Amino acid sequence: MGRMTKRSEPYILAAIVVLSLLIQARSGQFFSGNNLVDLARSLIVPALFSIGCMMVIVSGGIDVSFTAIASLAMYVTDRLLLASQYSGNVILAYAISAGLGLLMGALNGFLIGFLRLPTFVVTLGTSSLFTGLMFGAFSASASDVPPSIARHGKEILFTATNPKLGLTSNMPSQILILIAVLLFAFFLLRYTMLGRGIYAVGGDETAAERAGFNVRGIKMFLYCFVGVLAGITGIARISMMSYADPSTMLGMEMTVIAAVVLGGTRVTGGVGTLVGTISGVALMTILSNSLILIGIPTYWSRVFTGAVIIVGTGVTAHQIRSTRRRHTQSQKATV
Amino acid sequence: MTAPILKVEGITKSFGGVQALRGVSLEIGSGEIHCLAGENGSGKSTLIKVISGVYEPDAGRIEINGQQFSHLNPKEAIGLGIQVIYQDFSVFPNLTVMENLALNMELMDNRKLMNYRRARAIASNAISQIGFDVDLDERVENLTVADRQLIAICRALLQEAKLIIMDEPTSALTKKEVKALFAVIKRLQSRGLSILFVSHKLDEVFEISERYTILRSGENVASGNTEELDRKTFAFHMTGREFADEYYKPAGVKGKPVLSVRGLTLRGVYSDISFDLAPGEILGITGLLGSGRTELAETLFGILQPDSGGIEIDGRAVKIRNVKSAIRRGIGYLPSDRLTEGLFQPQAVDRNLVITTLDRLSSRLGFLRRKAIAETAMQWIDRLSIAVRSPTLPVRTLSGGNQQKVVLARWLANDLSILILNGPTVGVDIGSKYDIHALMRKLAADGLAIIIISDDLPEVLACASRILVMRDGVFVRELDPSATTESKLSELSTGIA
Repeated sequence: MGRMTKRSEPYILAAIVVLSLLIQARSGQFFSGNNLVDLARSLIVPALFSIGCMMVIVSGGIDVSFTAIASLAMYVTDRLLLASQYSGNVILAYAISAGLGLLMGALNGFLIGFLRLPTFVVTLGTSSLFTGLMFGAFSASASDVPPSIARHGKEILFTATNPKLGLTSNMPSQILILIAVLLFAFFLLRYTMLGRGIYAVGGDETAAERAGFNVRGIKMFLYCFVGVLAGITGIARISMMSYADPSTMLGMEMTVIAAVVLGGTRVTGGVGTLVGTISGVALMTILSNSLILIGIPTYWSRVFTGAVIIVGTGVTAHQIRSTRRRHTQSQKATV
Repeated sequence: MTAPILKVEGITKSFGGVQALRGVSLEIGSGEIHCLAGENGSGKSTLIKVISGVYEPDAGRIEINGQQFSHLNPKEAIGLGIQVIYQDFSVFPNLTVMENLALNMELMDNRKLMNYRRARAIASNAISQIGFDVDLDERVENLTVADRQLIAICRALLQEAKLIIMDEPTSALTKKEVKALFAVIKRLQSRGLSILFVSHKLDEVFEISERYTILRSGENVASGNTEELDRKTFAFHMTGREFADEYYKPAGVKGKPVLSVRGLTLRGVYSDISFDLAPGEILGITGLLGSGRTELAETLFGILQPDSGGIEIDGRAVKIRNVKSAIRRGIGYLPSDRLTEGLFQPQAVDRNLVITTLDRLSSRLGFLRRKAIAETAMQWIDRLSIAVRSPTLPVRTLSGGNQQKVVLARWLANDLSILILNGPTVGVDIGSKYDIHALMRKLAADGLAIIIISDDLPEVLACASRILVMRDGVFVRELDPSATTESKLSELSTGIA
């Protein structure tokens, strides 16, 4: 008996399977090609956000500013490209947005890593700063996207059709970005000392310093990484929507954080996996997208989402407590 | 003595006008187990940090393996084979045993990538060096404190340690674990390593070390062969005070029992516990961890509910359903873990002192009367002679003994008739320990009924007027402290003759 049952990934995967089977049994529509493609499509943006978010939580911090960074970065990029009437490759859009995200992330990283300010307060502050700049200094409102981004939004990998209902869904090419980022993050977290350092800092910061990890550097990297990722996610989002709405991502941060925690990432830091995180996002996406298939109105899906968060995090908390109890008991027994 | 591996001479170090070390010397032979003893604030930690290169001394010489230094940096110290095992072990609770062992090595080698096969080889080599059997893939947070310590030791060995400094290594261990640790230390010694064992526990100093150095107020006060040391001189050197062996004889037990326990049973934990306690008595309950002693105390304080049996207070049968009802009936409880259970660590001393009597210190409208609070706090600080520079400093800045006094004061402020102390001097230095003992005797003489639960046998002998030995959840014997010995007590509580 062991390690497997203490992890939360199996539980959340089981929850996904049960929920999908249930929706399939009632509607017969869940496992249709177009529904699965729709789900994948809705998953891309929150999943991209969740990867950086999970890494920050693992390091013992919290970041609530990534949606603000994504919004400001994509909006400035969008206006720049429109103003310069650039019509070349979309890579430039991603590069500019990622660069802007890097700058904003570096501000977080500096305040947190070097001035040692608390992460929640810093990112709450910068989040407000960035949204304020966007609506104030740039008086942002919904805008068109430049041709490069518009073209990118029409690139599709394949189309799934639902013969019964005659519906079609396109798999957007942005899913490739998600896959690439996932592979990168997996390699980083598992096979580099930098990645192991993120876990070490989340486990015990003093011990990490004594062991010789560059703790400041690790934090700086983390918040910069989140910034770059947010910049990229911003462009992915507006290209899929074909217009740049500055407020489309604002408020998503709470759902993303909830999905990350639901996926077994420990809020106190040190523990979290990509598999768990993506499963958490997937479960939340199914709840908000597919319940309508069995006739549950959209506003109810919020109720279900809330319930799942409470039950899910509650189960995790209970697990931690009971392992601790078992632990102290076995300690007593050996005496 | 063999050639010294470490020799420090005339080390002085001050921090902003406070002289932490005044010309301290220390010499450790290779393959020697040396004990560094001293009260809190005697300069032990500062000396360790000078040796490990964390602090630069103001004056003095350090000689390691014949090489002279005026100061070191941490990397040089590690390179010379000096390893410190901190009290918190500096491990990563969330990572596996394997990573905990291998990460430091990999960082020292400046590796950028993590190679799990190499890490596993490093880790299994490390644990095999001391014959430590542990699952390399287990997370360290799931291990016992003792195992975490062994991991810290293995990690030190990986970096080719020649001198391992252990800072109070036994403070969180059970007796059995201490034995196991000592076996490991002996094993390291047989391989030629030197150990600097920092402790203020006399028994351990006697058991493990060959030579000792005692510091007081930043100065050497004694050093020599441990064989030639005895309990009284040790306590004298540590504190600079003479202590007489004391027993507590109640001046005459005053009247009827205030507490009577009859056949109290909590299934699987303790059973058929009966005793009486009269005002002026100090009842000592001793037993090993897991004997049910703490659970018994928690039952009397209403934290746990017994399955059967009865409790009488002042001759009336009562049910103590929760902590509140225990307090209302005049029972106070000082938990063994004052850090997590007793005090608001970041809050000021005065606030901690008055927290239990706030209703008496506030006006009719519910506003706090600041002046009354300050006065009450000062009264307690005086009465229990709590050493604190200002009552507005946070409690965590106090020494263990003074923290314990703060907890005591809080209880005494309520009209108390029964006080239960669980391990009242765990982690407290000798001077404060004697002070707390004296305070207990005084409180009992004033008519309080006290139960002291402790596995510190000399403490039970010195304080209790009656001793009950608990083993596997039952009382095995009642003893008169003046007519018994430590070894008799230990025999009864372990069941091993």
